[in-house]
Amino acid sequence: MTSYQPPMSLFWWLRRRSYFFFAVRELSSVFVAWFVVYLLLLGHAVASGEAAYREFVEWSARPWLLGLNLVALVFVVFHAVTWFRLAPQAMVVRVGGRRAPPLWVAAGHYAAWVVVSALVVWVVLA
Amino acid sequence: MRTIALRVARYRPEDETEPTMQEYEVPLREDWAVLDGLNHIKDHLDGTLSYRWSCRMGICGSCGMTVNGEPKLTCGTFLTDYAPGPVTVEPLRNFPVVRDLVVDISDFMGKLPTVSPWIVDSEDAAPAEGEHLQTPEELDEYQQYSMCINCMLCYSACPVYGLDQDFLGPAAIALAQRYNLDSRDHGAHQRVDVLSAADGVWSCTFVGECTTACPKGVDPAGAIQRYKLTAATESVKSLLMPWGRRSDLPRPSGADQDNNAWSREVR
Repeated sequence: MTSYQPPMSLFWWLRRRSYFFFAVRELSSVFVAWFVVYLLLLGHAVASGEAAYREFVEWSARPWLLGLNLVALVFVVFHAVTWFRLAPQAMVVRVGGRRAPPLWVAAGHYAAWVVVSALVVWVVLA
Repeated sequence: MRTIALRVARYRPEDETEPTMQEYEVPLREDWAVLDGLNHIKDHLDGTLSYRWSCRMGICGSCGMTVNGEPKLTCGTFLTDYAPGPVTVEPLRNFPVVRDLVVDISDFMGKLPTVSPWIVDSEDAAPAEGEHLQTPEELDEYQQYSMCINCMLCYSACPVYGLDQDFLGPAAIALAQRYNLDSRDHGAHQRVDVLSAADGVWSCTFVGECTTACPKGVDPAGAIQRYKLTAATESVKSLLMPWGRRSDLPRPSGADQDNNAWSREVR
């Protein structure tokens, strides 16, 4: 049987808003990975003594790195928010035998985020 | 009488190497869906136009097409919503086009039986012993997924399927979950290999468009993510307890029976 297989455009992700936001969400993973690397570098600097730590702080203050980290922060927040928005669809939480409303699941994630962030702030500042 | 232009994709493999667009003027009536417009073309303007349809009431799942770029059941998509037009009608995306608006869905038809989309009985409770009772809560677990009409709108909306045709796809996985979550079913263990394969749930990157496109409110994206959790739990369990039975998923007591054998033959 002869049939026509329509080609998929290289720019399929620009065809719809939802596809575009999906592509951005996937791309944001690169920045999540960058923050992991950055955190490991920071840990290494702290472990290597005061001089190394000061050098790391100086390096971090360079404009290009500040810029990169700012962009990365925007992407990581986007990643987290979209992740939390999808969570209720993937998780079925039961409370007293009934399925908890999706809003509760999302609220639980945000609450956990706030608690963990507060803990990190407390550890850093204390 | 008010009219609206329908720009319809035509593909006649005996004459053309790729589809072309043809425009028709059809009456714009308040109660006319896109499908009524196509039927008007077929009956009064051009009898050579080919498309699939049957029930006209969103039950048969035959009339799925791409309307103005969106996957839609043409029987439930009204012309007045697109006035003053034109309305572009193309075949469902991500499938080979056989003729005009007719696509070849044999890929899905081959994949579907591999997930055993039927109730796998337990030999412990033979039908002779009476009915399989089910509470409203148990029904609630899977009912949503049982609304699937195999219309293929989800496959058409899924870019993952468009890029990789080996992906099992949204409807097949949602239908597998329809049975996995049914309290009467004992076949989860015979679906696990197909579902948790690389071309199964793990190919899905959660674009979520399958759920948006579904005209029956099935939420295949949710079904897939839920199964990812099941599949991951199973893998961790088998990693931690390699000596244990491979799976705690319910299995019929005649566990050696291979209900999938015939479907593999079909593929």
